[in-house]
Amino acid sequence: MTPRQRLWLFAVAVAGLVACYLWAFAGLPGFGDYPGPYGPAILKRVITETNATGVVSAVNFEYRGFDTVGEEFILFTAAAGMSVVLRQLRGERERQSSPTDDAANRQVPATSSAIRIVSLLFVGPTAVIGWWLATHAQTNPSGGFQGGVILATAFFLVYLSGEFIVFRRLSPIALLDAVEAIGAGGFAAVGVIAVAMSLPYLYNYLPLGTIPGAVSSSGTIVLISFLVGIEVAAAFLLIIGELLEQTLLRREGSS
Amino acid sequence: MTPNAVMDILQVTVLVLVAAGATLVVRTRDRVRLVLVLSVYGMLLAILFFVFQAPDVTLSELAVGAIALPLILLLTIAKVRKPQ
Amino acid sequence: MQVFPFIVVAWIVVVGLYGMVTSRDLIHQVVCLIVVQSSTYVLLLAVGYVTGGVAPYFFDISPRALAVDPVVQALALTDVVVEAAVTALLLSFAVQAYKRFGTLDPHELAEFKG
Repeated sequence: MTPRQRLWLFAVAVAGLVACYLWAFAGLPGFGDYPGPYGPAILKRVITETNATGVVSAVNFEYRGFDTVGEEFILFTAAAGMSVVLRQLRGERERQSSPTDDAANRQVPATSSAIRIVSLLFVGPTAVIGWWLATHAQTNPSGGFQGGVILATAFFLVYLSGEFIVFRRLSPIALLDAVEAIGAGGFAAVGVIAVAMSLPYLYNYLPLGTIPGAVSSSGTIVLISFLVGIEVAAAFLLIIGELLEQTLLRREGSS
Repeated sequence: MTPNAVMDILQVTVLVLVAAGATLVVRTRDRVRLVLVLSVYGMLLAILFFVFQAPDVTLSELAVGAIALPLILLLTIAKVRKPQ
Repeated sequence: MQVFPFIVVAWIVVVGLYGMVTSRDLIHQVVCLIVVQSSTYVLLLAVGYVTGGVAPYFFDISPRALAVDPVVQALALTDVVVEAAVTALLLSFAVQAYKRFGTLDPHELAEFKG
């Protein structure tokens, strides 16, 4: 099929898709006229039931906790799949060329001092902010997922500042694998413990605290958010680490 | 001006910017330029989510779409570059 | 304003699909897939918006204030982070294809079998 024929087929298909879209949107209530009973029902009872003032995290880890377990395992599987796909790659390349041969012909530019200083300056605050976000899910706009990604970003800054050897030593693959497994398995285990206490899976069985929105309130939400945070950080570091292996092999020979 | 009208104008502006950003991302063909345009698109999306009163999604989109995803893309581009 | 966000969503989907169909580079195709995914986040948040509502965080405002829907925000939030990891998996497949076949052009890749 030539590209022009493909484009005509695409035009016909997309016209049909857009027609169905517009028909569907015509049946929706207008933008801003949200009528649904689910949202206001949750908002009315979230503080009395969970003592959490961050409603989105409460929904994520308590009311829709089962969906979040599934999403977290998608993340886990994607990181594991990348390790499998790219590890075979490394074995093949090592047979064809040794790192020192390549490194002799490559000119590696040194990182400028400005980038080094600014990146290293920001590593500490970024790590603190990521950690704070991952552990305060029930009060402010925070939670395991975004806290974990920002924590991983702190490690990226170390790489960007030119210290790839330090980055590699700070995040060895065995440790990242273990941390990721603890995060994902811990989340599932919190739910299984509830079943062992003859409650529904992922029921909130820890004490709820007295002040809504305090750090110690809202039971399992804090624990689950922390576990999700370390799991997401480890998964992103694993992903970047796998992609970095090839460049690191070359640079170690020259720097 | 009532607060609702101000919110409306803000939302319409950012929505138009997001639509333009999506068109730009698709029209860019050079790989390294694509990474930078994708990062800017991620930031525009984060602003849109903020204006839709969703600060949690803003944080996620900023950390992922403007930082982690362009970094992953850059490393992939470095891996498939022809050795010179 | 009643339907404008939904029209923008449809536009982003069409533009992203057009980019995927006419792309000559696997990496550009993956980026167009990212664009199509981003349209779903906008759709989710547009469905749950309440005119005059504030963000659903009651740390310093009364719990009786009018707030936007929190459920769609929770869905969009996990979605954003998880799709980035799946995109990374797709990119690693692209790297593998390059190492085996030497090209990233989908038209040329289609001619290789296995």
